[in-house]
Amino acid sequence: MTSFTPALRLQDIVKTFPGVRALDGVSLTVLPGEVHALMGENGAGKSTLMRVLGGVLQPNSGRILIGEEPTIMASPLDAKSKGVVFIHQELSLAEELSVAENVYLGELPRKSFGRVDWDRLHEKTAAILDKLKVGFTPQTRVGDLSLANQQMVEIARALTVDAKAVIFDEPTASLTDAEKVVLFDVIADLKARGVGVIYISHRMEEIFHMTDRISILRDGQYRGTLHTAETSEEELTQLMIGRKLDLSRKINHAEVGAVALEVRGLSCGRLYSDVSFEVRRGEVLGFYGLVGAGRTEVAETLFGLRDPDAGQILLDGEEVRIGSPVEAIARGISLVPEDRKGQGLVLGMNCRDNMTLPQVDDLKAGPFVAEGAEIAIFDQYRDKLDIRTPGWRQKVGNLSGGNQQKIVIAKWLSMHPNVLIVDEPTRGIDVGSKSEIHNLIRDLAANGFAVIVISSEMPEVLHVSDRIVAMHHGKVIRTFTSEEVTEESLVQAISGIVAETAA
Amino acid sequence: MAEMTKRDVGQFLARQGILVAFVIFIIGFTLANQRFLAVDNVLGVIRSSAILGVMALGVTFVVISGNLDLSVGSMMSFSTIVVLDLHDKIGPSLAIPAMFAMTMCLGALIGFLVGYLKLNSLIVTLGMLSAIHGLTLTYSGGKNMDIADKEGTWFSLFGQGSALGIPVPILMFALLAALLSLLLAKTAFGRKVYAVGGNGVAATFSGIRRARVVFLTYVISSFCVACAGLLQASRSMGSQNTVGQGLELEVLAAVILGGASLLGGSGTVFKTVIGVLILGFIQNGLLLVGLEFYVQYVVTWVIIILAVWLDIAANRGRLWSPIA
Ligand SMILES: Nc1ncnc2c1ncn2[C@@H]1O[C@H](COP(=O)(O)OP(=O)(O)OP(=O)(O)O)[C@@H](O)[C@H]1O
Ligand SMILES: [Mg+2]
Repeated sequence: MTSFTPALRLQDIVKTFPGVRALDGVSLTVLPGEVHALMGENGAGKSTLMRVLGGVLQPNSGRILIGEEPTIMASPLDAKSKGVVFIHQELSLAEELSVAENVYLGELPRKSFGRVDWDRLHEKTAAILDKLKVGFTPQTRVGDLSLANQQMVEIARALTVDAKAVIFDEPTASLTDAEKVVLFDVIADLKARGVGVIYISHRMEEIFHMTDRISILRDGQYRGTLHTAETSEEELTQLMIGRKLDLSRKINHAEVGAVALEVRGLSCGRLYSDVSFEVRRGEVLGFYGLVGAGRTEVAETLFGLRDPDAGQILLDGEEVRIGSPVEAIARGISLVPEDRKGQGLVLGMNCRDNMTLPQVDDLKAGPFVAEGAEIAIFDQYRDKLDIRTPGWRQKVGNLSGGNQQKIVIAKWLSMHPNVLIVDEPTRGIDVGSKSEIHNLIRDLAANGFAVIVISSEMPEVLHVSDRIVAMHHGKVIRTFTSEEVTEESLVQAISGIVAETAA
Repeated sequence: MAEMTKRDVGQFLARQGILVAFVIFIIGFTLANQRFLAVDNVLGVIRSSAILGVMALGVTFVVISGNLDLSVGSMMSFSTIVVLDLHDKIGPSLAIPAMFAMTMCLGALIGFLVGYLKLNSLIVTLGMLSAIHGLTLTYSGGKNMDIADKEGTWFSLFGQGSALGIPVPILMFALLAALLSLLLAKTAFGRKVYAVGGNGVAATFSGIRRARVVFLTYVISSFCVACAGLLQASRSMGSQNTVGQGLELEVLAAVILGGASLLGGSGTVFKTVIGVLILGFIQNGLLLVGLEFYVQYVVTWVIIILAVWLDIAANRGRLWSPIA
């Protein structure tokens, strides 16, 4: 390997924010034609390091070398022109513009008098979309695309230039399995062309499937680089979080009580139809399916965000109409929504206020909000979920992606709901905290709550659920108990294969 | 490293630029005219800013919740005409509550349109600006209103009286600022105003009744307008149909100067007070150095543009965006 000139090198990068030393002298070398994983806990500094490399942030000190050339990345466009392309963890697309305009944003092909050359733009974009095997056209408005497809647009951006290095910051967080396969093909292709790929993910199976080397960050410090072929999950986890994880599945079911929530024949337009299931107190019900199977829409209906056309919802055996989130909350239903930035958080608000927002009416000291009680809640869940922030005053928008997700979870856990619905709860969350959250979900059930977990990650559903509802195209295909379920039968169910034969 | 500090300065200016500009202004004016920082002049500025300030307090709520209120100027004209007309008909002790009720009905109407019907606030309040002006003219028949017996009433107390040596308008401004500051910073309602303006969808997902919150911000705004109308009517004991014309932009300028973002979700009552004072001092300073009154229009407009620019600059963390 030493015969190569590295594609790029980061040397002794330091980056501080008020109250946070996000990067503390980090160095990293990426070779051409390798897939280099960057791993670490939530808030370890991975995204920050990549923002420095991508010209989004300027480091306090340290050097960046492209090839042998020391370089300053003045802006994202500057970085791109030097061959470093950054695909962000949080989507950064202009929703009102077309796919093609987004792909070539800031660099639209021109004709005379600065007019945009639309034909060439669409042609060039179509060629890239072809390679990505996506099902939309360059003319589609980005706001009309699903989250996963928006992610593909981000990826398409990377393919517009002759890149030396491409950074993927948690690209698979919102992709379906099929889309992941396409993404991995793209990465393999980049690799074959001698591009250095930096790949950030919390998913071990991807890391081991795809990467050549792994560098580890912890609390803003560089912890070493390993060859993927020579390491193991345990070693990585140990390096990342400083302890071993107990990943064994908890077989013991909690004491199952009365039916807390029952749904009969619920239908809503073309989104889903004739959905029936029940959740008992003390039980975790998993919802597994492909993105677009209608799971989120069912959850939104239960939370009063959608009106069903037909069917019944029964809470503790009593039929209810849930017309708004206000009513849902009053009835003890909580929903951790799937889109943390759009639906879960007020990014400009501080951590504490975000966390207590749904219950701010109940935390009263005279006419005012009881700030002491709020801080107590914040402290409790910060410790419980290991949320990394300098303090409750920090704006949520300044937290790392995984820590933002933890704030959303804390926000709804602290409501002590009777029925807790979590939609993709561990998206972007590191391995340590993930098992922490899984344990929390199990604990909640054990304490007599009914929990619904919607997830597109099979290991997660298998790990936490007592029973699993498999959905396909808006229909419940089958409900499994955790004893009878196998990965194979689950995969068949969610692709609609067993639709006919299942009971 | 040099580049770093340049950017730091940029960020500081983007965040605190208006205060820096203000300090430079004060120093400049003080050098140009010794009277500028004299106690009576300072009190005079605060006093003459009080009416605008009271209105700005209410608009702060509207802006933080992510909306605009351009109707406050003509609504203020309306309230002065109404209270002066009723003063002679039913006496001040009935005229004042009647005027408050009528003004707040207008606020409630706007709140209904923007909050519950989800109409665009710019369009609604711009329309209301004209509609209320028409209403005022209809009510007054186009004539100015005057109190007939200016000596035989206590109505002048609000605009001209003073307590503890401090003019009542200043007291009222201070009292309202304190109360509304508590409402915004310390109560659940205030928290919801920030949430609705910061991210309306997330607010809905958190069980906040968005429509109601928006509705209430307009009611608060109209309450403040009624207070301002009372001060205005009582100060001059007579009024024209156009007394509040153009104030809506000055009010908005003061709120944005204070640092509330037009995008919603940020700002405080205290900052608005600062914004009001900055605007007042600048206008006063321009008068003292001998510039004509109408030059203020130009300067106010420049200040609004400056404030909006700084607002956007603060959002992108630098004054100048290299990307178009
Ligand atoms: N703009 C900012 N202002 C203040 N602090 C920040 C800012 N951006 C990042 N931080 C802090 O820097 C630290 C590193 O954040 P970073 O986003 O790099 O973490 P990460 O490793 O990408 O985590 P995750 O796995 O959750 O995405 C965190 O503690 C975060 O709160
Ligand atoms: Mg990150």
